[in-house]
Amino acid sequence: MLAAIGADSIEELFKDVPAAALLDEAMALPPHAGELEVERAISVMADKNLHAGAVPFFLGAGNYRHHIPASADHLIQRGEFLTAYTPYQPEVSQGTLQAVFEFQTQVALITDMEVANASLYDGATACSEGAMMACRVTRRSKVILSGSVHPHYGEVTRTNAQFMDLQVETLPADPFGSEDLAGHLDENTACVVVQNPGFFGQIRDYTELAQACHDAGALLVMVVNEVVSLGLVKAPGAMGADIVAAEGQSLGNPLTFGGPHVGLFAVRERLLRQMPGRLAGETVDEDGKRGWVLTLSTREQHIRREKATSNICTNSGLCALAFTIHLTLLGEAGFTRLAKLNHAKAVQLADRLDVLEGVEVINDTFFNEFTLRLAKPAAAVVEALAERNILAGVPVSRLLPSDGTLDNLLLVAATETTKDADVDTLCTGLAEVL
Amino acid sequence: MADDLQTITGHRGLVMEEPLIFEQDAPGRTAVDLPEPPDVADRLGSAVREGPIGLPGLSEPQVIRHYLRLSQKNFSIDAGMYPLGSCTMKHNPRINEKLARLPGLAGIHPLQPQSTVQGAFELMAVTAEWLTTLTGMAGVAMSPAAGAHGELTGLMTIRAALEAAGNARKRVLVPESAHGTNPASAHMCGYSVESIPADERGRVDLAAFKENLTDDVAAIMITNPNTCGLFENEIIQIAEAAHAVGAYVYCDGANFNAIVGRVRPGDLGIDCMHLNLHKTFSTPHGGGGPGAGPVVLSEALMPFAPLPYVIREGEGFRLVEHAEDGDGAPYGRMKGFHGQFGVFVRALAYMMSMGADGLRQASSDAVLNANYLLARLSDLLTLPFPGPCMHEVLFDDHFLHGTGVTTLDFAKAMIDEGFHPMTMYFPLVVHGALLMEPTETESKETLDQFIMTIRSLAERARDGEVDHFKQAPRLTPWRRLDETTAARSPVLRWRPDLPQAAE
Repeated sequence: MLAAIGADSIEELFKDVPAAALLDEAMALPPHAGELEVERAISVMADKNLHAGAVPFFLGAGNYRHHIPASADHLIQRGEFLTAYTPYQPEVSQGTLQAVFEFQTQVALITDMEVANASLYDGATACSEGAMMACRVTRRSKVILSGSVHPHYGEVTRTNAQFMDLQVETLPADPFGSEDLAGHLDENTACVVVQNPGFFGQIRDYTELAQACHDAGALLVMVVNEVVSLGLVKAPGAMGADIVAAEGQSLGNPLTFGGPHVGLFAVRERLLRQMPGRLAGETVDEDGKRGWVLTLSTREQHIRREKATSNICTNSGLCALAFTIHLTLLGEAGFTRLAKLNHAKAVQLADRLDVLEGVEVINDTFFNEFTLRLAKPAAAVVEALAERNILAGVPVSRLLPSDGTLDNLLLVAATETTKDADVDTLCTGLAEVL
Repeated sequence: MADDLQTITGHRGLVMEEPLIFEQDAPGRTAVDLPEPPDVADRLGSAVREGPIGLPGLSEPQVIRHYLRLSQKNFSIDAGMYPLGSCTMKHNPRINEKLARLPGLAGIHPLQPQSTVQGAFELMAVTAEWLTTLTGMAGVAMSPAAGAHGELTGLMTIRAALEAAGNARKRVLVPESAHGTNPASAHMCGYSVESIPADERGRVDLAAFKENLTDDVAAIMITNPNTCGLFENEIIQIAEAAHAVGAYVYCDGANFNAIVGRVRPGDLGIDCMHLNLHKTFSTPHGGGGPGAGPVVLSEALMPFAPLPYVIREGEGFRLVEHAEDGDGAPYGRMKGFHGQFGVFVRALAYMMSMGADGLRQASSDAVLNANYLLARLSDLLTLPFPGPCMHEVLFDDHFLHGTGVTTLDFAKAMIDEGFHPMTMYFPLVVHGALLMEPTETESKETLDQFIMTIRSLAERARDGEVDHFKQAPRLTPWRRLDETTAARSPVLRWRPDLPQAAE
């Protein structure tokens, strides 16, 4: 091959690199290794972790442990899905495109919105994109962030806003779901961002808030970080939300230490042109046969460059595929049953915990996660239980450390994977350490 | 030819027609056998869903068939050569997938007590060490979710450093050959974007760059090797000039696959660069993601890196999640939790498999393969800039002038031949760009077949066989799709057919 090229050595091909910067030999890193050695080395790291399947497990806070059907994980590993690029050549990408079109439809249905995109990175970035989009739509610059919103989502939203010259008014943490949001609306408010169920688990009906937002010329952005709740809880669209930003991990995607996950993003049709991210749309081919293409790309960076609605390019394609396959396997009957099962497990757990000495369930409403007020700081309790091989929940102070008033609060989640024996173990453990 | 044979079912042998899931609905059907929920008094309050959602019910065999049939309508790197320039479609080893699914990695929660996930922090730290060693940089921000997200992270870090020095500045310079994400990211970071032209050699025009370089420039975003597949041989002068006015050099690392193990960006004066783990480090593209875009940073930028980050502490590791728990001055947070951990597992498995020697070999082979295409095609296709090229070779469409065949037609004819087309109409610096990136994955035999195919097609175009190209592709389950109609009256979701619903 070098002869065909007319070069004497590979080095000649690197002649444009400044000589001083060229390395003569391999770097000081380990040499190549076979599958056996690599598997061994990485397994050693994996084995140092206590994983959810091994112990009683009650963590949530935006990342939920659910059962993933074997078919879903099998199908996403088909090489034709796994090793394809973004579907830029539609004639040889109809598999991905049809799956995205179905995904968009499912997301629109469960959120009760009109249009959904092909996915964003995760719930937190979707929340931020939602707030920025509301600012573009309304040409206003103030975002009101409810105390019900996951702290990471709030941090990402504030981080992006500070560089875009947008103001974010962040309301205090709202464990009881009692904050008044409408009172913060003013003529410069682009949107109010709420989460439902909230970070502390409370479920609220935001129909009146949506109306108040619209009366003030603002939009309502609703975050959902446990999508399974949409099988039971009134959908954002039915409450009048204009933009929905959700985390789709719960369907099809394992915990994986918080990523990669899948951001869901759905809007009202009139806002379509300001939407970030890719969209698959229906069309026909030359023979009149129905097919799908990426469409409305004049919103996107590869066409619009600095005037694009977002810089996003690569999204969460395969995680979205896992989501859509899991939801297809469930169907309407399975999805609603899964939601009921999650809620029932959580109610049973709450009833067991609420009667323990030094434990109080503070929620009047919840889906599959709620907040406990403990007699002691939650972080220390969780550490003590971890030593007994119980992963008990997420101390609120882990995410909101500066506010000492929240130190005794513990988020606890139950899903269809929660066993009765695990609940027994948790109750016994809590009684011992409190 | 049998390709006009009409079948009763619409299926054509192994290629099955597959309706939408919504068109296969059997109400009440489910493929997941869940237990009966215990009877409890609900705690949902008043905000309860009313009425059906409209999700279709299918059985497990139906679902398996559905997605299997869909998968068969995709081209993939597993199936054939995918020479998309700037996308690095290389082989995705399956050991990566196996390891990412270990319960100790896939089954851990990001907010478990830190003492219970030390192995995960170790994996992040080891991955980070490989990346900083390969790039010769001081540190790395691991959390960005993809390349564009990494760009944004890098620019925000630069902006935070400039603000700390008293002046955020106003402008970011972006070469006209840059990916579209570059200007979009700069805009999201609050900067105005100015385009720097390319010179006649396909590189940044150094004189034009210097002319635009004033002390209100925050950064230049450079892609090296650039999107013309060429090494920016004046990179050190560019970096020196930028540094002389207090500006930073951001490098788009999408093309890092050309130089891994041979050149460390840190030795070129680069302050900040994202790495596309889904390109250079073999993690699958998955039909559009997920990716991961860690950003390597210089010593000066490290203190401003976003949250969270892992530090070594004694025998173990600690995750810094809040500014007050670390020494730095992080500007904020880019993403929920700790980054694309599952992608890190795959990338680390790749790096360990390849090792220092294998990574260097891979970039050498990628560059060799691209230059082989250049050598064997440049007498027929037109080369806007002379080689050698790096890991990708750029042709333009001069060779098609007067034939009536467009770049797009040419690409569609390649599909009939079993190849995914190269990147077309990008970069914007040449007319009718054809950007080919074979990667190290392809053997000489595959490259020879590809070359022979391109040569034959080019000859057919010159011989006036316009129809062959205008009709292409003909052997795919779908012919060319009407993108104009799709955009003019968008149909972005399935809806129940109205006449049927009225029945």
